[in-house]
Amino acid sequence: MEKKKLKNVFVEGAISSEFIGNSIAKHQTKTSIGAHNIFLGQVRADEIEGKIITAIDYTAYEEMANQKFHEIREATFEKFDLTCMHIYHSLGKVNAGEICLFVFVSSPRRRVVFEALEYVVEAIKADVPVFGKEVFEDQTHQWKQNT
Amino acid sequence: MQLTIKYFGMLVEATSISEEQLQIDSCSVSELVEKLIHQHPKLNKKDFKVAIDQQLVDRSHVINTNAEIALLPPFAGG
Repeated sequence: MEKKKLKNVFVEGAISSEFIGNSIAKHQTKTSIGAHNIFLGQVRADEIEGKIITAIDYTAYEEMANQKFHEIREATFEKFDLTCMHIYHSLGKVNAGEICLFVFVSSPRRRVVFEALEYVVEAIKADVPVFGKEVFEDQTHQWKQNT
Repeated sequence: MQLTIKYFGMLVEATSISEEQLQIDSCSVSELVEKLIHQHPKLNKKDFKVAIDQQLVDRSHVINTNAEIALLPPFAGG
């Protein structure tokens, strides 16, 4: 069986507000849409045992992760009446306060996008092999784990 | 059979490598993991899942052809 070329969800470094703004603007031509919903994951400057997290350095098993993103996308379109969906995740270093995950769902009606967005974000957190090294101010680190 | 073993996240630190090749006879995932822990003692007690050719498998799964094996520590996306 020929393997379908998968979309690459990953972007190097933080996701900029310009990129997010442009992504919204591109949907002005899709006039069947009546509701967008957006999730932005931001790196938190947690304090752990007196040390502050300054950045997360993301790595991934990229081939499997893109396959999982694809499966999540297919399952979400199956479950919800969406017009379109976009997912972007950072790789490499993202500083505290910067955006590391951008999920964008659109539909003719609002109720669908509220449910669909939560479904997509929870699936990403649970199923996609992405790893995060939480770097402290003194350059020591610990490994992030989703709960 | 020929296996490519890939390590990710904290497991790269534990083994000091991100990938290695292994020539081995047919075995279960748990037998393979035993062998890898023997080679890299710091893998012991680390929490990880195992994927074969990008599919998560149980430790009882039997590997009998060339494959890419990935050891995946807890996920941290988002």
